[in-house]
Amino acid sequence: MTNPAVRVDRSVDVLVIGGGPGGLAIAECLALSGVGVVEVLERESEAGGIPRHSFHTGYGLRDLHRAMTGPAYARRRVHLATAAGAYVRTGFTATGWAGPLTVDVTSPTGLERVTARAVVLATGARERSRAARWVPGDRPSGVFTTGHLQQAVYVRRQAIGRRAVVVGAEHVSYSACVTLAHAGVEVVAMVTDQPAPQSYRAFQAGARMRWRTPVITDVSVSRLVGRGRLEAVELRRSDGATRLLACDTVVFTGDWMPDNELARTGGLTIDPGTLGPSVDGLQRTSRSGIFAVGNLVHPVETADVVALRARRTAAVVLAQLNDPKAALRPCVPVVTDGSLARVWPNIWRPDVRSAEVGRLTVWSRAFVTRPVIVITQADRVIFEHGSRRRLVPNRPTALVGGWSAKAVPDAGPILVSVH
Amino acid sequence: MSAGPTPTEVDVVIVGAGVVGCALARELGRWPWRVALVDAADDVGDGTSKANTALLHTGFDAIPGSLESRLVARGYELLRDYASAAGIPVEPVGALLVAWAQEQLEALPGLAEKAAQNGYAATRLVDVPELYAREPFLGPGALGALEVPDESIICPWTTTLAFATEALAQGVALMLGTELLSIEPRPDGGFLLETSRGRVSSTYLVNAAGLRSDEVDHMAGHHGFTVTPRRGELVVFDKLARAKVSHILLPVPTSRGKGVLVAPTIFGNVMLGPTAEEVGDKRATGSTEAGLADLRRHAARILPALLEEEVTATYAGLRAATEHSDYQVRLHPDQGYVCVGGIRSTGLTASMAIAEHVATLMGDAGWLAGEHRPSEPPSMPNLGEAFPRPFEQAGRIAADPAYGQIVCFCERATRGELRDAFASPIPPVSMEGLRRRTRAGMGRCQGFACGAELAALVEDATRS
Repeated sequence: MTNPAVRVDRSVDVLVIGGGPGGLAIAECLALSGVGVVEVLERESEAGGIPRHSFHTGYGLRDLHRAMTGPAYARRRVHLATAAGAYVRTGFTATGWAGPLTVDVTSPTGLERVTARAVVLATGARERSRAARWVPGDRPSGVFTTGHLQQAVYVRRQAIGRRAVVVGAEHVSYSACVTLAHAGVEVVAMVTDQPAPQSYRAFQAGARMRWRTPVITDVSVSRLVGRGRLEAVELRRSDGATRLLACDTVVFTGDWMPDNELARTGGLTIDPGTLGPSVDGLQRTSRSGIFAVGNLVHPVETADVVALRARRTAAVVLAQLNDPKAALRPCVPVVTDGSLARVWPNIWRPDVRSAEVGRLTVWSRAFVTRPVIVITQADRVIFEHGSRRRLVPNRPTALVGGWSAKAVPDAGPILVSVH
Repeated sequence: MSAGPTPTEVDVVIVGAGVVGCALARELGRWPWRVALVDAADDVGDGTSKANTALLHTGFDAIPGSLESRLVARGYELLRDYASAAGIPVEPVGALLVAWAQEQLEALPGLAEKAAQNGYAATRLVDVPELYAREPFLGPGALGALEVPDESIICPWTTTLAFATEALAQGVALMLGTELLSIEPRPDGGFLLETSRGRVSSTYLVNAAGLRSDEVDHMAGHHGFTVTPRRGELVVFDKLARAKVSHILLPVPTSRGKGVLVAPTIFGNVMLGPTAEEVGDKRATGSTEAGLADLRRHAARILPALLEEEVTATYAGLRAATEHSDYQVRLHPDQGYVCVGGIRSTGLTASMAIAEHVATLMGDAGWLAGEHRPSEPPSMPNLGEAFPRPFEQAGRIAADPAYGQIVCFCERATRGELRDAFASPIPPVSMEGLRRRTRAGMGRCQGFACGAELAALVEDATRS
């Protein structure tokens, strides 16, 4: 059989775009519920998302109740989705929209135009590159993000370098350190513009003891130096003082950016904080029939949290399929002031009962001990909550449910702030 | 002096495989003589030519009567036609010279007059309502504009490669990775060139060395000019910014240069830049904190919404500015030497006209003999966002599934295109070279998703 030389139109019940933890988890639940054809489009040659290249353990704790390596977790998620009856198509890239619930797809088998009754965006997130962070200087080789580094080390077994600086001190930064150690690269330092590291204390202590890696706080990378190969990074303290740190490798970690191209070209409302599509507590976007899960909407949560939250969204997609005529209620934006970097959910709809939605999740700009979250609408305090959990920059903190009980539809945006 | 292996014998050697050198090689390769194109870099177009603003200029703002004015106007026509024949993407998006101050507004009629003196009569004044209707994201405070409808955007990389590919097909010897060390006169006339890869003996010498054209001029015994690199920093924004700008938005020019512009790129991105800063170092192609801050300030005024978008790449190019305001093209009849220096940012547009002009000078000097051979432009793979690419062509994927296998997701470069690039007459030898031939790796993720795979492909290709 040869491939057709024309575009093929076809239909499915649910189209999930992106085969990472979120997309695979929701596809599994929907397929099990017997909604019909559930199809996952994965552009890579293998599904599973970022865990495929993250070889340390710790995956699967909260969703699968065991500790696994990233690749094992990815394989398990693919297995669960396919065993449930979902079609996981690898090498299939959704390139754009051809209708409200219709996407154009490219694969080696040809071009397709796939129409679904519901579309779930699960396109994930990427780390910002050096350029996206506006870091000036030369353009030498030896400059990585964690995603690039992990594929280079674990999948391709490429030579990396000898002395690395890791930019960032959050969870993924420690993951990069593990990868560099595996590749025989000495980590000269981790550098962060925050006053302290932002990962679990256990990771931080582990890195200190195993590799004696110093964490240089309160500095940003102000320049890359090196023609051909990286020779040094220039660090700038908050008081303006600079110094050079010799290295042949630099890994820019964290600073996640949602892969929001389809969300934007589809005309979905984009949240100014997350830069992903705005979603309510049920992960419904601004357009009827389009849902968003995973780190596209909250860059970034760990894979298990993503999977658990995606599972909960499956019920919402089912409700939509059962009652496709149900119009989306008008939504109220949930916004933050300068005290927080971003908040999830991004919108509130009156039909969302507080009990249904997940806990309010916030991303702080700074370390805050004993935070008090205050939610106001039209200058009226509708919720106040003091937490014992310390807010840590670059790390999502899920606080409490029930925050929207006193919200009303017509009183303007809901403002979340931390004191 | 006769130690070492026998030198490569040619009739003419061109030093510098930038866009001008490659255009010269294509032009001079059409005559029945042996031509060598020499460059220290391991790829064509690897110096100034790879980091320009990628505009196809009408020459409306050149100095009337200058050689540059004439060659840019002629080059525009030649390259537009050649691009269409070779499949080099060109989009005639047009330019708007935006006036932000009263004196700039008052300068617009004078610029229209100057354009007419340069032989370009299609400019038109645009009032404020029309300006904002056509560029709704333009920052507040614009007072009017001069429209230059034929200013276009072009793929600079495909252009250089097309010239070099055609030259190669004509039998031009492409000597890359070959650094010129010294030039000696041959006792019988002509030149003996010492290079990092042996000696080259040639009757004629053409200097198209760009940033180093003054050094080659010195080696040839002349001191016609000094190149002072002028660094231009550029910022490339995400493709999602492309919907926010329709035209090339130019400032009203000042004595310091053309100024900072905002323009769509042929790859579907938006470009901001260049800065203009004289630097002493011919390798100072890094971006600077001050330069990027300056560009941010310009963006905040010209197109504030641009700063909401992600940055895909930053880079800096060095323009080969000299103390002269015009191109420095000179033929030295007694010596058999032609200097093609001082070619600044208009060199991409003018490249074919410069080559034609040099061929005319050489013909007039009696150096060119015989009939030139007919030559066909090569058929280049399309990198332009506005034209069909393999991933969106059902017929091509049906004929060859590799065109449906996307490797670089941001740029939608397919395995088929990567394979074709490695099998092409001038294959890439580095990630950068692969990027310039396929767009792979130049997208928003900068290798987060496919960087390791592309590196493996380059390694495989260069090992064999």
